[in-house]
Amino acid sequence: MLGYVAVRLLSAIPVLGIVAVFVFFLLTMIPGDPAQVIAGDFASPEQVQQIRAALQLDRPLAERFVAWALRLASGDFGKSLFSGIPVAQLVGQRIEPTLMLATMTVCIAVAIAVPLGLVAAYKPGGWVARASMTVAVLGFSLPVFIVAYLLVYPFALGLRWFPVQGYVPLSQGLWACLHSLTLPALALSLLYIALIARVTRAAVLEVLREDYVRTAHAKGLAERRVLVRHVLRNAAVPVVTVVGIGFAALLGGVVVTETIFSIPGLGRLTADSILRRDYPVVQALILLFSTVYVVVNLGVDLIYAAIDPRIRY
Amino acid sequence: MSWTRKLTLAVCSAAFFAAVNAAQAETVLRVRPFGDLKQIDPVITSDYMVRNHGYMVYDTLFALDQDLNVKPQMVETFTVSDDKLTYRFVLRDKLAFHDGKAVTSADVVASLNRWMERDGLGQQLKAVTAQLDAADSKTVVLRLKQPWGLVLDALGKPSSNVPFIMPASIAATPANTAITDPMGSGPFIMKRDEWVPGSKVVYIKNPNYVPRADAASGLAGAKLAKVDRVEWRYIPDAQAAINALRAGEIDILEEVPPDFLPALKNDANIRTRPQDSLGMQMVFRMNTIQPPFDNPKIRQAIRYMIDQEAFARAFVNDPALYKDCPSFFMCSSPYFTDAGWVKPDIRKAKQLIAESGYDGTPVVILHATESGPTNTFSLVAAQLMREIGLKVEPQAMDWGTLVGRRASKEPVGKGGWSLFMSGPTGADMMDPAGHLGLRSNCDRAWFGWPCDEEIEKLRTAFSNEPDHAKKVEIAKRIQLRAVETVPYWPAAQLHLVRGVRTSVDGILNAAIPVYWNITKK
Repeated sequence: MLGYVAVRLLSAIPVLGIVAVFVFFLLTMIPGDPAQVIAGDFASPEQVQQIRAALQLDRPLAERFVAWALRLASGDFGKSLFSGIPVAQLVGQRIEPTLMLATMTVCIAVAIAVPLGLVAAYKPGGWVARASMTVAVLGFSLPVFIVAYLLVYPFALGLRWFPVQGYVPLSQGLWACLHSLTLPALALSLLYIALIARVTRAAVLEVLREDYVRTAHAKGLAERRVLVRHVLRNAAVPVVTVVGIGFAALLGGVVVTETIFSIPGLGRLTADSILRRDYPVVQALILLFSTVYVVVNLGVDLIYAAIDPRIRY
Repeated sequence: MSWTRKLTLAVCSAAFFAAVNAAQAETVLRVRPFGDLKQIDPVITSDYMVRNHGYMVYDTLFALDQDLNVKPQMVETFTVSDDKLTYRFVLRDKLAFHDGKAVTSADVVASLNRWMERDGLGQQLKAVTAQLDAADSKTVVLRLKQPWGLVLDALGKPSSNVPFIMPASIAATPANTAITDPMGSGPFIMKRDEWVPGSKVVYIKNPNYVPRADAASGLAGAKLAKVDRVEWRYIPDAQAAINALRAGEIDILEEVPPDFLPALKNDANIRTRPQDSLGMQMVFRMNTIQPPFDNPKIRQAIRYMIDQEAFARAFVNDPALYKDCPSFFMCSSPYFTDAGWVKPDIRKAKQLIAESGYDGTPVVILHATESGPTNTFSLVAAQLMREIGLKVEPQAMDWGTLVGRRASKEPVGKGGWSLFMSGPTGADMMDPAGHLGLRSNCDRAWFGWPCDEEIEKLRTAFSNEPDHAKKVEIAKRIQLRAVETVPYWPAAQLHLVRGVRTSVDGILNAAIPVYWNITKK
């Protein structure tokens, strides 16, 4: 197992290298000029050129690439062209809100969607199955910003149970942090509830037809035990896959939700940095997201082995 | 002691300490600024957010009061020699930076030198400066090569780039390299460790600040920080910001979009007021070195096409929030004149286009869609230009792309451009010297690069002229000339609005939104 993990991690290095090269050259191709954004709307062309020279943006592309790659190889992501803050610090400021939001969203989604999907499959045609279908349709068809405002008006502006916007860091208390993330996590989780419930239902329906389930029933096992120990466990692989992909996507930033609820997460940092052409920050973020996908996929593969003894690495 | 007595004692103690804590609690003013603070160097950039940040942490030698008069600020006294060549400024006592070190004339000299490298008006001052020296620790002497009528106006310049005073060690940073230390001697201290770019900026009251004895007025007078802490919370979504204001999560909301104003007016806990005393001028900026706007006749047609009221009403319906101002200068400027102005006349515009020999070259509009007024004004401009017979090619983009594209001097077929809309604040459009849109010094002019020797001669004459009446006359001649050459055309004056909770009081009527003198219940 450890050898497998090591090989997977080592194989990620060339992937990240290719991503790094691709991102560097892609960013230089998009129109826009960080020097101009730094100088402001009313700077003269001469002043913009001075800033461009100071930032070494007037150097040949190959020279800039080599300098950047050498810094990256030594673990230095550089500094923001704007604030002068090290990129690692900027990204570090944003990881906690994104990680908390993603975790809370996945927890809510799994807690609701898995039982919903299980019951919907076990009793097709029942009210739970119909409710599951309704949630799925709503989750897939309602954009997250609509869901967000539908939650904000009654629960934040009306009842004042939750804040309208903002993020309370963990350092100010777990409860305060979770409280500030409740509405955004609920808004985001609807889509994932729909997705996970549908996948769970389909997987459970398939497993319910298996011989070993009939055998378990024939042995006289209790219904709940059959469902949890035999059905759900065997149906878990596709569910874990969907949850893993969802978690990685959430860590990759959820710009709309972070914008509506004013959460200073990685999604907004990415969007802001792209808009202002803060190249070092964008480059670091895309590398981070690539790493997240590699690690989450590896984690999902390891979970497969844990839940299904037939899978061995 | 019985358990009931113990309980009573515990409850009383808890109540006492709670009361003490409440009495000692910080007063926090939460503001949603109009934009994000991307950087902190007010000299390297003309970004208004950085300028506003500058007013929090720095002080200035002179400042504009609410009647737009230049008043001493860090300066206690000053003298001007009879030949108008030597200015001697004496700093106030006990001025100190945030670290407690005294502000000296050496800091002033270093700060002004750096500012003169970047700012347009500063560069003019530098050109006429023979010597700028520290005579002693509190006295700065400025010697000019020739009399120059704008020395105090330059040192009290209210908008970008403002001649803020910073420690000499920081001001020694080259003017094209951004500073990273926000230390100043202003009424607030930036908590750099709490700065989350894109989200939050925190300022605390400066305990070393020594205010002037005279009352606060505009940007001048006593800058008393009356709250312990000011938090700028950047909420990018306008609807979320409005909700936060209504829920009391923020106290002040800058730049309320006009379509949200009716909702705020119905809320008893919120009042609205102008964001600043001067407003802004919308600028219809043409590329004068490439077809079709290299043809003066087509630019002159644009003058007749622009109906300021039609442009403004597309953005805001309340007549109190816009002005049809027939001048290149703000209507509130002492140099306002309507000399030579032409009235909107679509038929005349069409006629001029027909006479111009227009060859059908498309007008490429750099259309930044994420910015409120410029988005609306770009849409109106496109429609009106089609009406007068121009072929229009609007190109939607984000602001970052626009500022990159507009540096191109190529023809439109090779990635060039013809037009963009901008909205400088009124403080930048008050007089010919600092007026970016009127500068007509070719390659050194603002994007669009208008070129006119006469305007430049008149601008120099304006700067050198000490007599106000004669300055007014020169400003009028500049306008008459610019109406002919059309370096740009004003598309309306707008007043942006702040939403303020009724618990907040003491907001100053200033040319720039500032946050001293404000109390919060």
